[in-house]
Amino acid sequence: MAMTTATAALPTAADDDARRRRHRVNFILLGIGLVVLPFIAQYFGNAWVRILDIALLYVLLALGLNVVVGYAGLLDLGYVAFYAVGAYMFGLLGSSQLTDTFESIKNAFPNGLHTPWWVVIPLGALLAGLAGVLLGAPTLKLRGDYLAIVTLGFGEIVRVFMNNLDAPVNITNGPKGITGIDDMNIFGLNLGQTHSLLGLDIPKVTNYYYLFLVLALFSVLICWRLETSRIGRAWMAIREDEVAAKAMGINTRNLKLLAFGMGATFGGVSGVLFSTFQNFISPESFALQESVMVVAMVVLGGIGHIPGVIVGALLLAALPEVLRWVSGELDLQSISGGRLDAAILRQLLIALAMIAIMLARPRGLWPSPEHGKAAPTPTT
Amino acid sequence: MSEIVLNVAGASKRFGGVQALSDVGITIRSGEVVGLIGPNGAGKTTFFNVITGLYTPDAGTFELGGRPYKPSAVHEVAKAGIARTFQNIRLFPEMTALENVMVGRHVRTGSGLFGAVFRTRHFRDEERVITERSRELLEYVGIARYADFKARTLSYGDQRRLEIARALATEPKLIALDEPAAGMNATEKVVLRELIDRIRKDGRTILLIEHDVKLVMGLCDRVTVLDYGKPIAEGSPYDVQRNEKVIEAYLGAGHKAH
Repeated sequence: MAMTTATAALPTAADDDARRRRHRVNFILLGIGLVVLPFIAQYFGNAWVRILDIALLYVLLALGLNVVVGYAGLLDLGYVAFYAVGAYMFGLLGSSQLTDTFESIKNAFPNGLHTPWWVVIPLGALLAGLAGVLLGAPTLKLRGDYLAIVTLGFGEIVRVFMNNLDAPVNITNGPKGITGIDDMNIFGLNLGQTHSLLGLDIPKVTNYYYLFLVLALFSVLICWRLETSRIGRAWMAIREDEVAAKAMGINTRNLKLLAFGMGATFGGVSGVLFSTFQNFISPESFALQESVMVVAMVVLGGIGHIPGVIVGALLLAALPEVLRWVSGELDLQSISGGRLDAAILRQLLIALAMIAIMLARPRGLWPSPEHGKAAPTPTT
Repeated sequence: MSEIVLNVAGASKRFGGVQALSDVGITIRSGEVVGLIGPNGAGKTTFFNVITGLYTPDAGTFELGGRPYKPSAVHEVAKAGIARTFQNIRLFPEMTALENVMVGRHVRTGSGLFGAVFRTRHFRDEERVITERSRELLEYVGIARYADFKARTLSYGDQRRLEIARALATEPKLIALDEPAAGMNATEKVVLRELIDRIRKDGRTILLIEHDVKLVMGLCDRVTVLDYGKPIAEGSPYDVQRNEKVIEAYLGAGHKAH
């Protein structure tokens, strides 16, 4: 094995061409698959399309967290806070919550606040990005476990705030949550309604599937471009060795803040999408459990590697639903004489699956490619 | 005489009750290789960390290329023009050799988030130059064929050379090598010596900390000797070798120069 030289493994131009062609074919097939997928799922029931939607939201979240955890190596356990920031922002700007509470806003907007998507999505990103920098600033000196604890606290603070901001002035409607949040209306197309195209019914869940898909693909592009840039390399250098990174002239303070801010923007956008998709948000949706889940997706899939992170997100988002179906089909509850509750069993099985994956593939399901395994033994 | 690259005077550093450095000065001229030697614990690495900003000095004046600099932030020092390697190699292990060197270009390039996301023309041009330059540097230190291997998979000697390539990528006025030959076998040392020699011949200025006396004597134009945080001798390798104080510091009192 050690004799395999690097030169022998070098691909020729013809190989390169063939590979590129194969890649293109794969991409086209994948594209067609992604477009057709919701219609197949629809056939089995809209609930399955809904699962796809949620999975795509998690892909967005995981990609964002991957910027912070995967690239810059900053363990953030409060990521869901940015999700909450985006969700509540649209919750307030796209429902009757503010007009009900504040007379002045009602007078200014007699038809209610129906902020359009092209304001809300960038604003959600911006606001969450600011929150990310705000979280980053006081935690710059912290690393590893200490950073994790502080970010965890931050996540909880945001949730507790949302839970209690119903008095003295009712802003977030507290634990009752905000209802009646607008559906997105993109170029006159209301995503909340069922449309019909060539005799095919396209229900709400499928509309949102396409919106989420477009944004997820867009996020993949941004992440990939960040990864292969000067900024991305600097982030990774900080992750690998902060002292050496500094010695190379990298301003670690600014770049860490940038990583926090950049990662948070993805969270903010997913939050906006979540609230418009559900038409309802409450603090319950932004519990610690969610943060932990997104971290698990990133780590399980393959930290710092975009395809791995996507696989991790899809798997962990879909797994509970699949297990729900399995335990329902097998009717484990009656088999065990009522001792095994389906919901509890589901969590148990997820935990077991995670342990199994981490034991079998400690670097994640699809880690970044390992170069140099067959490194030629140096002779000089 | 050629121009002064680094001029440090009166550098002092105390750690609690230990005076690690007291009143250490050094002057390095353009194109010189200056050695910093001394027994274990003499303060060589501390001095290194002080001039590169890793430790904040208690006192001292610092000038780089004729301009005063404050060694208070490491990344500022790198930007000002001192690049260093570490005694215990500190690469970015999970990044490829090429990426490691590309990180070294960070401080001399300027593309930001916008350029990265929108792939502006400026970004693409800059990125191409970074890659080209980094490949040249890998070639220069002789590990071009490992460009796409992760840094941690390289052999010890190659990691050392990669660290030097990364330091060179920052276009330093002064390159500071902290015990580059530590842990190397005889063959690796020969290769390293050739490399440092080549870097010197290309007009670089080098500050070298080293235990290997043979290497220091063969490479350095001038040598400064530290003991207990104080400079005890300074001069050509030949003179320093015969200095009574130096012999005493290394071997204890009672030894004579041959």
